[in-house]
Amino acid sequence: MPLALRVVQSLSEAAGILAADSRTTLLSGGTLVMRDVNEGRLTDGTLLRVTDPAWQQIQVSGTRIELGAGATMAAILAQRELGFLHAAARAVGGPAIRNMATIGGNLFAAAPYGDFAVALLALDAQVMVLAGYGSPRAVPIEEFLAGRSRGEARLVASVQFNRPVAPGDFRFLKVSRVKPKGLSVLSIATHLPGHASRIGQARVAYGAMGPLPVRARGVERALEGKALDANGIAAARAAALEGVQPVTDAIASDWYRREVLPVHLGRLLANQS
Amino acid sequence: MAKVPVQFRLNGSDRAAFADPADSLLTVLRRGLNDFGPKYGCGQGTCGTCSVLIDGGLRLACLTLAASCEGASIETVSGMADGPNLHPLQTAFMEHFAAQCGFCTPGMLTAAKALLDRNPNPSREDVIDAIAGNICRCTGYEPIIQAILAAARTLPAQRRS
Ligand SMILES: Cc1cc2nc3c(=O)[nH]c(=O)nc-3n(C[C@H](O)[C@H](O)[C@H](O)COP(=O)(O)OP(=O)(O)OC[C@H]3O[C@@H](n4cnc5c(N)ncnc54)[C@H](O)[C@@H]3O)c2cc1C
Ligand code: FES
Ligand code: FES
Repeated sequence: MPLALRVVQSLSEAAGILAADSRTTLLSGGTLVMRDVNEGRLTDGTLLRVTDPAWQQIQVSGTRIELGAGATMAAILAQRELGFLHAAARAVGGPAIRNMATIGGNLFAAAPYGDFAVALLALDAQVMVLAGYGSPRAVPIEEFLAGRSRGEARLVASVQFNRPVAPGDFRFLKVSRVKPKGLSVLSIATHLPGHASRIGQARVAYGAMGPLPVRARGVERALEGKALDANGIAAARAAALEGVQPVTDAIASDWYRREVLPVHLGRLLANQS
Repeated sequence: MAKVPVQFRLNGSDRAAFADPADSLLTVLRRGLNDFGPKYGCGQGTCGTCSVLIDGGLRLACLTLAASCEGASIETVSGMADGPNLHPLQTAFMEHFAAQCGFCTPGMLTAAKALLDRNPNPSREDVIDAIAGNICRCTGYEPIIQAILAAARTLPAQRRS
């Protein structure tokens, strides 16, 4: 049976369909799903489209930010108020991909993709999840990503997080061999409140250093309570590889990723990347 | 499997086609509507030769579900010239030898048009970024970059101010 298509208006209806039928694939921007269709990897079941405009909404109210899962990277780039996220949104593909690729899809993209998800991990985002009919439930992004690797069928309605307080608290770096557009050798996002004097709760996340975006807990511990000076950066570099399991793919070997990660982390922390 | 009807504007004309539910826009353009301007290179989003403008925004037709284009306005390279008058980008591509085998050209022209429609006065970096999703295996890119910069200079002055 070839692929069928179903179009629904509401997110809750879509969530109900996804929960009930494991052969239904949600289509968001389609950059990964349509690839699977074209390559013959996805040949039967149903494609599900949601037309609810709320899915694409971006809301910035005071310090809280909510990005609809259907919002594209280009939509983020069009919002001046989200300037701190521009490096992460610009890291995804070329201009046409950015016009299509969504936040929701990026949360499901396998390494070395998922650059934007790395930024969301460092921001401690809450993923608003609909598991069947009903209202969304907030799931911490780390827990969400662990559930993703178990293949749980859930619909992401949006992601929420607090805006970093000071400019420079949040930083993002993607390292690729082809510029300006290339796949990640690795990506790093850091959220270091108080970096100018004494770092409070540190968040550091990596992409392509494991099958999922991962927190660099060793680096976080090394930085907490410290200033972002030469000593702090040296301690962070020394802890850079704790808990990483880099992937080997056509872009780089796990050995190469391990070799260059501390260097790029050091540069990002010193603001020299 | 039942076909799904799709209607959209294609290069200024209303067009309709019946598509398989999971057909890409590229399949519908080429097989259904005989618009052979956008090419099928990779079907994976990597080469950019299928680039089209959907409601003014650059998209990859191979990764766009045709059924999602209902009511949209689509521009392809086939609609770029105004009758016998080439678009300034097309003229500049000819003058700067920016096409060799020509397979990337539909995508390059479309990506360049998306840039100039939004930014008629681009820097070299803007041009490089605009064509970052398009692969050319012949020219080495430099003639393409020069052609796009030259085309921008020929746009009417009021568009560049
Ligand atoms: C040429 C090319 C270059 C790329 N470059 C990059 C890159 O540099 N960096 C990068 O991170 N990615 C890259 N990608 C991968 C991809 O484009 C992005 O990760 C994008 O954000 C995926 O979003 P999408 O909306 O297109 O996902 P889709 O293809 O629509 O969906 C992907 C998967 O996620 C599921 N899904 C999507 N949204 C939801 C939701 N809200 N709830 C539940 N499930 C959902 C779908 O069912 C599907 O399984 C690239 C892709 C291509 C083709
Ligand atoms: S055919 Fe669409 S990007 Fe190559
Ligand atoms: S001219 Fe041959 S691929 Fe560009």
